[in-house]
Amino acid sequence: MEITAIITALCLVLGSLLGITGGIGVYRLPDFFTRLHACGITDSACAFLILSGLMFQTGTSLETVKLLFILIFLLITSPTSTHALAKAALNSGETPLMEQQQTQQKREER
Amino acid sequence: MDSIPMNVSGHFNYWVAIFLMMTGFYVVISRGNLIKKLIGLNLFSTSVFILYISLGKIHGATAPIASETFHLYSNPLPHVLILTAIVVGVATTAVGLALTARIYEQYGTIEEDEIRIKDESL
Amino acid sequence: MELFIDITLLTFLCITALAITVIRKLFCAVMLAGIFSLLSACLFVSMDAVDVAFTEAAVGTGIATVLMLAALNLSHSREKCPPYQPLLALLVVCTTGAVLVYGTMDLPAFGDATAPIHHHVAPRYIEQSQQEIGPPNFVTSILASYRGYDTLAETVVIFTAGLSVVALLGIRDRRGGQSITTDRSAMKGYLVLRVVTKLLLPFIFLFALYVQFHGDYGPGGGFQAGVIFASGVIIHSLTLGRDRTLKAFPQRFLTILATAGVLLYGGTGLAAMVRGGNFLDYSVLGATALAGQHLGIFLVELGVGVTVFASMTLMYYAFSYRKEA
Repeated sequence: MEITAIITALCLVLGSLLGITGGIGVYRLPDFFTRLHACGITDSACAFLILSGLMFQTGTSLETVKLLFILIFLLITSPTSTHALAKAALNSGETPLMEQQQTQQKREER
Repeated sequence: MDSIPMNVSGHFNYWVAIFLMMTGFYVVISRGNLIKKLIGLNLFSTSVFILYISLGKIHGATAPIASETFHLYSNPLPHVLILTAIVVGVATTAVGLALTARIYEQYGTIEEDEIRIKDESL
Repeated sequence: MELFIDITLLTFLCITALAITVIRKLFCAVMLAGIFSLLSACLFVSMDAVDVAFTEAAVGTGIATVLMLAALNLSHSREKCPPYQPLLALLVVCTTGAVLVYGTMDLPAFGDATAPIHHHVAPRYIEQSQQEIGPPNFVTSILASYRGYDTLAETVVIFTAGLSVVALLGIRDRRGGQSITTDRSAMKGYLVLRVVTKLLLPFIFLFALYVQFHGDYGPGGGFQAGVIFASGVIIHSLTLGRDRTLKAFPQRFLTILATAGVLLYGGTGLAAMVRGGNFLDYSVLGATALAGQHLGIFLVELGVGVTVFASMTLMYYAFSYRKEA
């Protein structure tokens, strides 16, 4: 087996594992912001690994450039969308879990 | 593939498309909310698209763009019909949504039965 | 392997469809409808319909969701419980479904190359279109040339739909009284979003142009390009404020564009008649038949793209300005 095929396989498997982790995270984590964090993993690391894994397969051709563009686009847009979501949630009154716990602790101390 | 009875594996796609179609149909006729009805209608049309594209697929074929390495292409005709249907579908949905917005302004509700009550009281 | 992907996607589609029927929050239902579109786009790719997948991804997930959300913004976002049990509806649906399933028994199996559908006109399109029309993408040559009449009518339908939405909702140009800096619809607090939008907008428009003019060689064409261009304008309006967008793309300009697109399409057909051919027979437009076809398809796709872009943007304007009125 060629070395590029091995690298591609590694990237794809690792990327898919991260994707599954992100999915489980969205399902299992307790509140909006922690779920968003799980989403972020899928958006950035998983997409990055899968796309770069595919890039090893295309060699040097037009497809590689296209994949690179998709990668750059995702690297810009996915953090932005996560940020916008988090900010929108904060603005509409969603409080992070840690803050909730802190206010609860303060209340108990009183 | 061959171990599965031919009938099931061969028609599975159509059946699922029909199931989705019927789900959309059910939403359209059982719900009173006009926007929900439009969503159901969208569901229905997308399932029809899936059925059409399923009919055009050939096993082992590739996308209908001429290339030197492939010689078997899936049927491009359903693709053309559906491609335009999708855009026309969203345009007509937009008209429906505009009508819904106007109905809400006039009646203050988008529930079918409430609209009927208001209509009869006029 | 293909079968496995197929089954997975179909299962997801069924789950999404059932979730849409159950859920009462209309906002969630709209989002699920977007997911449904995206899943069906994936399914289209696995069934070799790349052009269709492209359109579905751009239209179903992008424009349709935005328009639905805009309509929700103008009305209630929660559905009331129906006062009766929809048992009759269920019965009707089950009966219809059973009849349809019975009907599929006569259909040829999925993926069967010997099915009649693959032996009527499709072989001619696949074998001859390279010599007769030119573009390697068969979908483009059928769409713009062989079935040019259909596409003309569909462009007119989109144009009419755009006009109807504007006629129903009306667009009020409020630029007279208000200066741009006090526009409340601009997302002032979202600095990152605004900067990234400004950064990406040129590339979105560039990509739309690429899709428009590369449609002969790969998936793409006027319909997709128009929709992508319109999404660019919608993003601009959502993040930077409606008034700024209205300044960049005035309503009058868009109305003229929508009309110009349809006229360009019809005019190409008429030009062919003037040159002595049939309506929408582009072969007579150039020195050789192939050059004529190339020019004809270029003009027709441009007309489609312009009309789709202008109509979709006008629809969005109509929904988005209604709240203020």
